[in-house]
Amino acid sequence: MLEVRNLACSRGDHRLFSGLNFTLNPGQIMQVQGANGSGKTSLLRTLCGFMIPDEGDIVWSGENIRDLDEDYYSEMLYLGHLNAIKDELSALENVRISAGLSGVEINEKETIAALRRMGLKGRERLPTKVLSQGQRRRVALTRLLVNDAKLWILDEPLAALDVGAVSLIQELIAEHLARSGMVMFTTHQPLLVAGMELRSLTLS
Amino acid sequence: MKKSSMLDLLVLVVRRDLVLAMRRRADVLTTLIFFVMVVSLFPLGVGPEMGMLRKMAPGVLWVAALLASMLSLGRLFSADYIDGTLEQMMLAPQSLSMLVLGKMVAHWMVSGLPLVLMAPVLGLQFDMSVQALVVLIFGLLLGTPILSMVGAIGAALTLGLRGGGVLLSLLVLPLCIPVLIFGTGAVEAASTAMSVSPHLSLLGALLLLALVFTPWVTAQALRISME
Repeated sequence: MLEVRNLACSRGDHRLFSGLNFTLNPGQIMQVQGANGSGKTSLLRTLCGFMIPDEGDIVWSGENIRDLDEDYYSEMLYLGHLNAIKDELSALENVRISAGLSGVEINEKETIAALRRMGLKGRERLPTKVLSQGQRRRVALTRLLVNDAKLWILDEPLAALDVGAVSLIQELIAEHLARSGMVMFTTHQPLLVAGMELRSLTLS
Repeated sequence: MKKSSMLDLLVLVVRRDLVLAMRRRADVLTTLIFFVMVVSLFPLGVGPEMGMLRKMAPGVLWVAALLASMLSLGRLFSADYIDGTLEQMMLAPQSLSMLVLGKMVAHWMVSGLPLVLMAPVLGLQFDMSVQALVVLIFGLLLGTPILSMVGAIGAALTLGLRGGGVLLSLLVLPLCIPVLIFGTGAVEAASTAMSVSPHLSLLGALLLLALVFTPWVTAQALRISME
């Protein structure tokens, strides 16, 4: 369970938001909404621990994430604006390495199966620099399949994706929620998850 | 799926960085060729007087190694920073210091080790004795990892800055002076038939000290740079 109490965050001298409170329980999904520059990405980055909040606490299953540190990181997955994939490596190598960094070792068969599910059949061994923007995003999103994190923090997961990929992501999120996972995300495109109540948090 | 241990992670990072270095070979070669060029220019510039060349050899080789190692430091974290891999490394459920140590080891293998292997060949240009060459290699073996590790702190602090390369050298070079002093001191001691062990022991001590502290300091510097 993720709990945010009285959170305040600023960028330079500019206060982005303050007095933010919410709770995310297993099986719940929350969309962070707001205009450009309202602090959506900053909120997500604060939840990851990259930024230290001005005030307030972020609590994961009863303990502050600052104290949990690595125990928290083993239960969460963050997908930012940047794909975190290397041009020189193939899709296969990229996925295996990023899974390895998040503490999960996967073999080649599992990785190829995951990449095929993401619609990258036949592209597994190509260097990612020859892939299109959307395909590279798909490689990055493959991490969702090869991870057992409970909390997904997704910043604009649908950027550069086509209709087919968007429905696939909706499917993945629904599966994750059914496993009593949690999702926090931002998007400017509509994202509908079947049978789930979508809560939204509006920053202004 | 299997959970990985801390050592697995270290091996993973080293292997990843080595594979990346092999696919971007130009970067590796730049450091080595710079080292070879700088060292070779001295005998050409100073003239073929054996006594003088022998005397200046350790200093020239060490200074060239120091400068060559500065060249590749800028890239140590910047590529990972730009494509977002560094963010993911910070979210790894293992200690960031361990990942940083992995990157330092890989950096040394790519930019430090080739210099160590090349040094004896270049030493011949300066008419160095076999004894002095052996000590030089040992000194470089102990000293170049320190350069990579101390340099990593500077690289982490200057991450994402414009013109960070120059600032990096200004930050790191003064910190490398002890390595330079003991490294050249050892070779000089060998050529004057004195004991080399005090110099090499001090280099070894510096290496251990760097091994213990620099990964942690670099990890903290990276966290500051990411905010």
